[in-house]
Amino acid sequence: MPKFESIDHLREYRRQLIAKRDPNQPQVLVCAGPGCLPMGSDEVAAAFREEFEKNGLGAKVLLKECGCHGLCAGAVRVLIRPQEITYQHVTPEDVPEIVEKTLKEGQVVERLVYEDLHTHEKAAHKGEIPFFQGQMPIVLRKLDIIDPTNLDDYLAMGGYRGLRKALMEMKPDDIVDAIDKSGLRGRGGGGFPTGRKWRICQDAMDEPKFIICNGDEGDPGAFMDRAVMEGDPHAVLEGMIIGAFAIGASKGYIYVRHEYPLAVSRLQLAIEQARESGFLGKNILRSGFDFDIKISRGAGAFVCGEETALIHSMEGNIGEPSPRPPYPAQSGLFGKPTVINNVETWANVPEIINLGADWYAGIGTENSKGTKVFSLVGAVNQTGLVEVPMGTTLRQIVYDLGGGIKGDRDFKAVQTGGPSGGCIPAQFLDLPVDYDSLQSVGSIMGSGGMIVMDTTSCMVDVARYFINFLYEESCGKCTPCREGLKNLLFILDEIIHGRGTEEHLALMDELCGTMATASICGLGKSAVNPIFSTMKYFKDEYLAHIRDKKCHALVCRPLLKYTIDPETCTGCLACVRECPVGAISGKKKMAQELDQELCVKCGLCYEACQFEAVKIE
Amino acid sequence: MVWKISDETAFDTLGEEVRLTINGVPIRAPQNQSLLVTAKANGFEIPTLCYHRDLPSEGQCRLCVVEIGEHPHTQIVNSCTYPTTPGLMVQTHSEKVMQARRIVLELLLARTPKAKLIQELAAAHGVYESRFKTDDPEELCILCGLCVRTCREVVGVSAISMKGRTPDKQVATPFMEKSPACIGCGSCAFVCPTDVIPYTEKNGVRTIWGRDFELQACTVCGNYIEPKYQLEHWAKITGDPVETFFVCKDCR
Repeated sequence: MPKFESIDHLREYRRQLIAKRDPNQPQVLVCAGPGCLPMGSDEVAAAFREEFEKNGLGAKVLLKECGCHGLCAGAVRVLIRPQEITYQHVTPEDVPEIVEKTLKEGQVVERLVYEDLHTHEKAAHKGEIPFFQGQMPIVLRKLDIIDPTNLDDYLAMGGYRGLRKALMEMKPDDIVDAIDKSGLRGRGGGGFPTGRKWRICQDAMDEPKFIICNGDEGDPGAFMDRAVMEGDPHAVLEGMIIGAFAIGASKGYIYVRHEYPLAVSRLQLAIEQARESGFLGKNILRSGFDFDIKISRGAGAFVCGEETALIHSMEGNIGEPSPRPPYPAQSGLFGKPTVINNVETWANVPEIINLGADWYAGIGTENSKGTKVFSLVGAVNQTGLVEVPMGTTLRQIVYDLGGGIKGDRDFKAVQTGGPSGGCIPAQFLDLPVDYDSLQSVGSIMGSGGMIVMDTTSCMVDVARYFINFLYEESCGKCTPCREGLKNLLFILDEIIHGRGTEEHLALMDELCGTMATASICGLGKSAVNPIFSTMKYFKDEYLAHIRDKKCHALVCRPLLKYTIDPETCTGCLACVRECPVGAISGKKKMAQELDQELCVKCGLCYEACQFEAVKIE
Repeated sequence: MVWKISDETAFDTLGEEVRLTINGVPIRAPQNQSLLVTAKANGFEIPTLCYHRDLPSEGQCRLCVVEIGEHPHTQIVNSCTYPTTPGLMVQTHSEKVMQARRIVLELLLARTPKAKLIQELAAAHGVYESRFKTDDPEELCILCGLCVRTCREVVGVSAISMKGRTPDKQVATPFMEKSPACIGCGSCAFVCPTDVIPYTEKNGVRTIWGRDFELQACTVCGNYIEPKYQLEHWAKITGDPVETFFVCKDCR
């Protein structure tokens, strides 16, 4: 990899790179994203390597371990180019057949291709799979194609073209204008207009200025940022370099969770490559602009995703938020003007600069431009990473992309925006997903977590789960959040144990009202969303727990009653063997009896019974 | 430029005089002065717990909240850190503000049911009983952080800090062990509004944060002055010989 001395040098290198590459060369792209890696994608890749060697294909076929392919439900995924054939649930045992049939004979291995759950139609090519059809990848565009450890791959896909344009054709003011005009808003959750944030920092008189990339993704079930950092690290760097040039920063930091070791190593490698090639360091591409990036690792506190807490943590202080103003753009890291944006925001920047603000502003809704990446998880058939234009409806995401609810159960709610998002009921399925619409129904965009729930979820239990998460993660600095979350959790526990009263609901409502206004940071302010939204849309469930002492979704164990139906029971004693407290008794081959006094409601007998003789009320 | 929030200024530099209104009354105040100081200077009382005029405010207790802006676009902010800006409209006792203060006090009353200061403040806001849950009826610490800030900003040794998260958060020395940084000055106990930091003085020894500090007797009258450690700390700061401080202030 040469050190690029000038723009022309980069342009010439890219031209040669593309000319050198044969677009018809067979490529095997194994997904090594967050979903596939734990399912053994490296073993699949190793099997391919071995098979190529056996067949003498090593020089002919290009094998890459790429970032997330999106449809994580089909892990491990393999994409064969140039035919764009996708295989799912690939194991090392399938590899010889793929090599034999697809690579040698050009045929499709039917048993490994996507099959529609409802129509049972098979789709071998990526473009035919409904999951990918409604998507519009901008941030995720390169993830399934490039090798994240190879800078050439990034350059061949047009990488650092945005930086070239920014340094050569634009003044810092033009860049901020472009970002402003594009309508890009912070993808970390707050949705603050990125251009305006940059402008405030650009106008700040103090020096030096800093750039921070917030990669402290901590929402349960969310892995958008992780996939981008692991799969396309140079896009994050390029965005940051452009941002630094715009606001006049000389130093940047990427704050990554310690729990993302692969993201850390991929980013570290990308930083070293960028330094070697002259995209980072002194006099970048002979433009006279100096900038360098360092990685700062987070120690595992959820609250450090909040920008002021993140800055305190980076400074070596306790990761607690501080009241704003001053905003980081005025006084951030070490008291200096700092622009802090989320991974996805930074990854959007190169494309906006490269393709223009108007192009970006043409996508999305009036106040929410561009696309948004969501990690679609929960009770949908097709879980995975999706990138859709703002304004796509929840129904499209859940049913068209997600393939509907697992097991043909009914949709109950979708929770957007991480633990402090709200639960949106079925009546709002046609809601266009953008910052304002989500807020109008009591939820938030957040960083893009999307948890779909079906009728087996109890909304009181769901609220308790998220409040428990937030309670454990509250930094404990301000009274409303610290003491408020403790009491919310206590009240929800009372309700779940059948000790709740209607006064409890009123008290929660009152307490949430104060938490939402008087907490220091977003954690406490938005912690009330799971409560408010479930109390608003699923009040009947709360009342069923309180008045009837019943959990209709059969989730809250303290409210359940297990009985054995004497008609169905065969006396196989499977439940007796499982029961940890010896509450079930009776003769062999006779109906068993369950002692309600002894029963601890663990549910093991229910799971053990093969004759559905154990009933839950 | 360091943004330091202390008694006089919300930020390090006070700006030109600006006009704003507090509870509808037109006020003039320097720009960037904290709303709390501005309100107090103009006779508007705002209750506080974690505020101290000699310490930077961090906004923990949320008792000093005020409502800013014009209906319906108002916002609740803590007055100890929010700066004055031209044309700002501030409400110190609006319904929203009073509700927030009552809930905060009710939460604190549940946390520290025996703390006199909290009982009095709560009663002054019409809160005599808390509907919330008390974990430890003997708890007295309200986690205002005054001790930590005093140790860091005034004493300058940072011997104690906050440990942990959630309501289990507590003020502690590093690793809950005897802190070599502590000079035994007792400023933390002095500043504590609920008298929760224990220390004893017996036979010329002060015990605080699990450490014994030998007290220096005045070379003139023989009364104990302060821990030797503390006097050495003073000597280090001032550059004077430590013996300078061996005479108590009454005998000087």
